[in-house]
Amino acid sequence: MAIKVQRVKLSLWERLFIPTLWNGFKVTLGHFLSFKKSKVYAEKNKDNKFKATLSYPEELWTVPPGFRGAPYLVSDQDAATKCVSCQLCEFVCPPKAIRITPPGEDGEAAHREGAEKMPKEFEIDMLRCIFCGYCEEVCPEEAIYLAKDYYEGYDDEKMRRDYALTGSNREEMIFNKDKLLERGGTHHDRIKKWEKKTADAKAQETFPVGENPKAE
Amino acid sequence: MPDEAIIEEPPAIETIPVKVDGREISVPKLTPDWQGKLVPTTVLQACKHAGIEIPHYCYHPKLPVAGNCRMCLVHVGMPGRPGPDGKPPMNEDGSLKIDPMVLPYERGTPKGVIGCATNLIPGMEIYASSPETKEMREAVLESLLINHPLDCTICDQAGECKLQEYSMEHGQAESQFAEQKVHKPKAVDLGPRIMLDAERCVLCTRCIRFSADIAGDDALGIVNRGSYSTIATFPGAPFDNNYTLNTADICPVGALTSKDFRFQMRVWFLKETNSLCTGCATGCNTVIGSRENKMYRQEPRENDAVNGPWMCDSGRLDYKWIASEKRLKEIRSQNSEARSWEAVIAEIGGKLEGVAAGSMAIIASARQTNEELYLLKKLADKFEAITDSVPRNGEGDHLLVNADKNPNSNGARLIGIAGETLGANLPAIAEGIESGTIKTLIVFGEDVTQHGISETLLEKMDLLIVSDIFPNATTAKAHYLLPGCAYAEKRGTFTNTKGQVQKFMKALDAPGNARAEWEFLHELVENVTGQNGFSTIEGLFNQMATEVDVFKAKELNWAALGDDGVTVEI
Repeated sequence: MAIKVQRVKLSLWERLFIPTLWNGFKVTLGHFLSFKKSKVYAEKNKDNKFKATLSYPEELWTVPPGFRGAPYLVSDQDAATKCVSCQLCEFVCPPKAIRITPPGEDGEAAHREGAEKMPKEFEIDMLRCIFCGYCEEVCPEEAIYLAKDYYEGYDDEKMRRDYALTGSNREEMIFNKDKLLERGGTHHDRIKKWEKKTADAKAQETFPVGENPKAE
Repeated sequence: MPDEAIIEEPPAIETIPVKVDGREISVPKLTPDWQGKLVPTTVLQACKHAGIEIPHYCYHPKLPVAGNCRMCLVHVGMPGRPGPDGKPPMNEDGSLKIDPMVLPYERGTPKGVIGCATNLIPGMEIYASSPETKEMREAVLESLLINHPLDCTICDQAGECKLQEYSMEHGQAESQFAEQKVHKPKAVDLGPRIMLDAERCVLCTRCIRFSADIAGDDALGIVNRGSYSTIATFPGAPFDNNYTLNTADICPVGALTSKDFRFQMRVWFLKETNSLCTGCATGCNTVIGSRENKMYRQEPRENDAVNGPWMCDSGRLDYKWIASEKRLKEIRSQNSEARSWEAVIAEIGGKLEGVAAGSMAIIASARQTNEELYLLKKLADKFEAITDSVPRNGEGDHLLVNADKNPNSNGARLIGIAGETLGANLPAIAEGIESGTIKTLIVFGEDVTQHGISETLLEKMDLLIVSDIFPNATTAKAHYLLPGCAYAEKRGTFTNTKGQVQKFMKALDAPGNARAEWEFLHELVENVTGQNGFSTIEGLFNQMATEVDVFKAKELNWAALGDDGVTVEI
């Protein structure tokens, strides 16, 4: 059922919009004259007296927690590519920005023995990407992350500013596997499931002798 | 209808009443087994009649029943044992007393039966969706997953894996198994086309039964015991018969995978198109899996009138040429500026107008569709041309491979392009060219220099029109070369060796400027004969069905062909 909206009857003075405009200017002016420092920039703009401006790019913005930057591939502590080319991110990506070329039968061997495969090519079109984070959410290998600079071990130089993704042409904005891995940096893998699987299997190499290698 | 006509009733099918989930239905007493022999209907089949799917791994309708995966456990109620009076226990109202089955030594615990191997008993009650049945399924699934590596991320079966599907439908989220998993060999090379991952295997033995009973090559077996049991071949004997890839199809999990498809593409990206195998005259029904105009695989599609659920490896892997770089992509015409389809077709039409009746020969290919052959036949009728096709013979086998390697030899015969023996007219055509009576030659999809019409003869032609998909000695001599389409790039119908008229669909776009043969042939025929044809494949087929006698006899039309096709008299 349609709802009838009752419009507020404005007086002539209100209809001139002068008080409304004045209220807006008051806020702008308040910021302009404020000398209080913002918490958001607390670290990065220590020397900056005004809170509303930032001498970009000399001074960089500190992204707040929860910020979703550009999706990059990460390596584990052994510099092994974590991605196993399962293509779930490609499937879930709403703007179809991700394109993975699977390794095929005789592709390059995976960095981690048990993982069996690794993408031959991994491309993200950063012009298409809408930074929704579905790829990070769906990844069963924790191999793709939307860059944030608040986690431990973040390297300012290496990560670049993913909120300032720029390029001079479209081709440049299609990031390939090497570029994504370089920018993604290292993520510590606490579980190391593939290594664990391989180690377990090797410990059972006496197979099929039924002795449990764990029972000592 | 005359009054005395006797209407023969089909033989009554004997049925038995069963109750599935409290619903009374009657199901046929006998059901054909994998060999087509009538055997008592099972609980699983009764549930299927009731519209309830019982999960199963080892059961396959076209394989002998093994009953080893236990996934199809269901709780049932049975009539009691007959008492001393020879009568089973009755309820007070006089009906048969049905008791839910319980363990004999623990009467409080329900007992399940395997649906795939338990024959129906009159009055039986099947509790297919009861909590007891659900609990049994959960337990079986948990047990099957005990040593499963859970490596779906790198498993090619992911997306069409029964373990995944049943885990979602019937499984529980967590495993109680805290001990170390048993590791088994991974990425084992079983043969030239099959890879085994023993950890993923649920030991359903479908592959073993297929190899032994269907393919007739008893190559696989289970070695070791208990949780170390593994599918294996005999030492030094690779699994390399011509039907190995069917085991990858029927493997319900990712244990057996195709090397050809290994790590190529995730299955959920593949667009499925119904097609036909063109490797031989059997015409196995297939499904093409393609993504973004690239064909990744071809799998058999079940059609009991042709191939059942199987197909041979050689046919299945015979698709790589479609993506070849050597394919003809552009129209070529000698001594002419015409490069577009419209211009070339118009020009050919103009040239054909000056051709005298009886001075033309058409060599079509039995790899062409019925529609294309029909259009060529129309052209031949107009110019009283001599027509033929080229035979292609090889070796057949006991199961599906036919000795005739042309997919549509019967189509060429029925439409009248070729006689009973394909290629019988070829010497006459060569002679005609030699003597100068044949001045115009139309060749479709064949290299005639391999079949008695030499290049010097081709050079004598006034007009040589060739359509093919790969360059060869004949296309090199063509005055007009029209690039055609592979079967995956067009629609059409084939008539197989048994006379089954079946259709196939378009999965890919043709490369470059290539165009489906029936499209440009239709335009050419329309220009030359002045007949008004149909510009759709459906219309063309329906028109053909009214003009070719055997098709007419069956009242064929495109829609009636369905997915499985229709058999015509040959």
